[in-house]
Amino acid sequence: MSKKKVRYSEILPKTHQWPIVNLAKNRKKFTEEVTEEAFTNILATSRGKSLREELEMTVYREKLRIKANPWKVDPEDEKDFWKYIQDKLAESQNEENSREVEEEILREIILRYANEIAGNFKSSSYRFARGVITFGFARLLNAARVKGFTSLFSRQLDLDDKIHIVGEPEHIRKLAKIGTVVMVPTHFSNLDSILIGWVIQFLGLPAFIYGAGLNLFNIKIFAYFMNSLGAYKVDRRKKNPVYLEALKTYSSLALRWGCHSLFFPGGTRSRSGEIEKSLKLGLLSTAIEAQRILFQKKGEQARKIFIVPVTINYQFTLEAPSLINEHLKRTGQERYYQESDEFSSSYKIATFLLKFFTKGSDISISIGKGMDILGNYVDDQGHSYDKNGNLIHTKDYFVTDGQITVDPQREQTYVRILAQRIVEEYHKYNRVFASHLVAYTAFKMLERKNPKLDLYSILRLPDEDLELDYKEFKKAYKKLRKRILKLNKKGKTGIADHLTDKAEDAIRLGLDNVGMYHAQRPLIRKDEKIIIQNPNTLYYYHNRLVGYGLEKYI
Amino acid sequence: MASKNISKPVGVIGAGSFGSAMANILAEKSDKILLYARTPEKAAQIEKARESAGQKLSSNIEVTNELSRIGDECDVIFPMVPSANFRNMMRDLSPHLRPYHIMIHGTKGFDYSITEDFKPTEANPLTREHVQTMSEVIRAESSVVRVGCLAGPNLAKEIAEHKPAATVVASEFDEVIKVGQRLLKTDRFLIYGSNDLIGIELCGILKNIIAVGAGMISGLKLGENAKALFISRGLVEMVHLGKVLGGNAQAFLGLAGVGDLMATCNSNLSRNYTVGYRLAQDEKIEQIISSMEEVAEGIKTIDIVHELASTYKIRVPITETLFRIIHNDMTVEDAQTYLMKFPFRVEIDFL
Repeated sequence: MSKKKVRYSEILPKTHQWPIVNLAKNRKKFTEEVTEEAFTNILATSRGKSLREELEMTVYREKLRIKANPWKVDPEDEKDFWKYIQDKLAESQNEENSREVEEEILREIILRYANEIAGNFKSSSYRFARGVITFGFARLLNAARVKGFTSLFSRQLDLDDKIHIVGEPEHIRKLAKIGTVVMVPTHFSNLDSILIGWVIQFLGLPAFIYGAGLNLFNIKIFAYFMNSLGAYKVDRRKKNPVYLEALKTYSSLALRWGCHSLFFPGGTRSRSGEIEKSLKLGLLSTAIEAQRILFQKKGEQARKIFIVPVTINYQFTLEAPSLINEHLKRTGQERYYQESDEFSSSYKIATFLLKFFTKGSDISISIGKGMDILGNYVDDQGHSYDKNGNLIHTKDYFVTDGQITVDPQREQTYVRILAQRIVEEYHKYNRVFASHLVAYTAFKMLERKNPKLDLYSILRLPDEDLELDYKEFKKAYKKLRKRILKLNKKGKTGIADHLTDKAEDAIRLGLDNVGMYHAQRPLIRKDEKIIIQNPNTLYYYHNRLVGYGLEKYI
Repeated sequence: MASKNISKPVGVIGAGSFGSAMANILAEKSDKILLYARTPEKAAQIEKARESAGQKLSSNIEVTNELSRIGDECDVIFPMVPSANFRNMMRDLSPHLRPYHIMIHGTKGFDYSITEDFKPTEANPLTREHVQTMSEVIRAESSVVRVGCLAGPNLAKEIAEHKPAATVVASEFDEVIKVGQRLLKTDRFLIYGSNDLIGIELCGILKNIIAVGAGMISGLKLGENAKALFISRGLVEMVHLGKVLGGNAQAFLGLAGVGDLMATCNSNLSRNYTVGYRLAQDEKIEQIISSMEEVAEGIKTIDIVHELASTYKIRVPITETLFRIIHNDMTVEDAQTYLMKFPFRVEIDFL
């Protein structure tokens, strides 16, 4: 008898009710509103520069960017536009109406940015795109696992057999009905965006908007998919304050228009393998600002913005070797020498996909408990409460002397508090797998054996120094596991089921799985020895357990 | 003449010497102060005499024993409660607190929250998780986030006598610092601000250790050279400790660090100094504690820091020596010999 599969109905079955569709339908109005708001915000913040200086700086930086770093996706009229702005600015310099002209120019620039950022969501494309992905992956899954010629057409296995959704899926559905959800997933691999996209539609939620790097739109087919799935464009080359303000306003206003959003607050894939520790706070701050503005407009009746952390638990990450190399190069500078070379990436992707679907190593995605913008848990009705179960009025965080006041420094501090809460939740929902633990144990033992060496020297140890005694290893593993089980009891972290198996079995499972898809496995057992074959990737997987204070227990 | 807004009263929790002094200063600038005393008897006694901790109370200070009123009627609250009672007080107050509250505390001690049977071991060490500052307790026990602290050379008796002084209001929130300035600044009381909340809190907490030692040196009549040697080495120890426990070195070099250290180590108005002084006179610690009306936080801090130092593997010779004296493991005379022989680190490597 087959297990009954959980299926989620769509919370908004009529696509035209989706906030993202509303945004796309009213694109012009929306970008105009973004422009007006960003304009007001920029004028209100003095950065010690006059408006003219600010504009001149922007023109200068943009012209530099066009020359030094052009991309395929850049519009053809760019050079002309910035020349036009430069000329207009110069001509008005000593005129009586110079201020008026400067403001006009500011508006023109912001509007251009807003139009570039804005996505082009079409619900028909969305359904098509996600259909392709789900169908494609599901076919692969069946072809790889179910035997027989007809397996290609089998319906036996669906993606949710491979990707387990745990945590609070019902809760997020309820929150999406009564408020606006900001999902913040951990980000280790390029696969994450696709996975999260699949999870969102699987849970019956309307499409989310999210910021995708503009460079991803260089390839037409990617651009099609990105647009269809709800992306707006973030150009990381542009660091000028006008662009950043336009971007933040876009995000803030979209939230206020009810668009559920996806932020990867780590900013980019975790290069070191550690769970995000210092989150990029820029876009996260727009959630707080948006909530405050909603309270200003509608008081206690305002729609609430809910933050939902999501952890993606893999036993491995395909890109581990290149990511860790990038990280080590950046942090170690001349102390780090890159030794191994990479081979062609499309070959790797193909082998990876094949191995992923044929072998073990399922993925589990933990949907965290919803929180308000200060990190307080919320119940199914969206009410915030503290650890004693007392009701918290989120609006109060913005109140002084009985009224809501606008205090940017206060909101900046609130973002740091929210970020800390998200990181705490990541650690809680992260599930410790045997593969992480064997990597952690092995690497830490290596550190302890070489107390005088720094990280980079350890990574360059000769082969004979990369062997550990199995008995000692097992002992250390058990000690660390004890601490992890204790943390699990306290609710500070999740664990995979197999972690409670006999140490011998769990260690074997861990060794089999750690870095199994890489060209060279980081760790293997040979009789009574544990051999470290690749300390770099070992370091990467060990990093997954940083942040739990385990160093004191080995 | 424009009509005055009836603003909410400012709350002060704790009618000890510092709490009473602060209530009087606040009363100069605010329409009404609500002062909370822990027991109904105390509240009645204070109200009857219109005097608290030997200080006459301003007429616009209302005394109460109802903690709920502080939460319900005030927006800004100044808790001035000994560290041992702080968490319990917060638990009682918490249902009446909301995120719009601003709390600026003046307690210079650690909260030591462990279960009765907790025994620190190598496998289960005492960490900063178990030992918290008051701002951390406020954040942990309530929905209040806009928290600050007061620190600096603020001997309560001198402030009560209207002698000039200054204090630091530390908070992550500029808003809280501004509120502190607005409510406390007078022509005799200067208010400085700092964003390093934990650092400033640690200044106030750790200087109490050094104050005990300074009192001892005075009690032994060893002279000014010895005391100065001790205090300057003490400052170095404080900074190293402070950095490990979460603060920045800068905090210790200002008013809340050096400033407070100087005032506390040179005055018999300081409780911690007095404890050290009396230990040097061969009084027993139990006797000293029981005879004091108000708590000297330094003693508990010495015990806690002794334990934390071993967890975080830092050398704290002064704290260790004081720990051993308090637990009758070393005589004051032996301590003197030990410290004079100890190879102190000469480097000021924390700048």
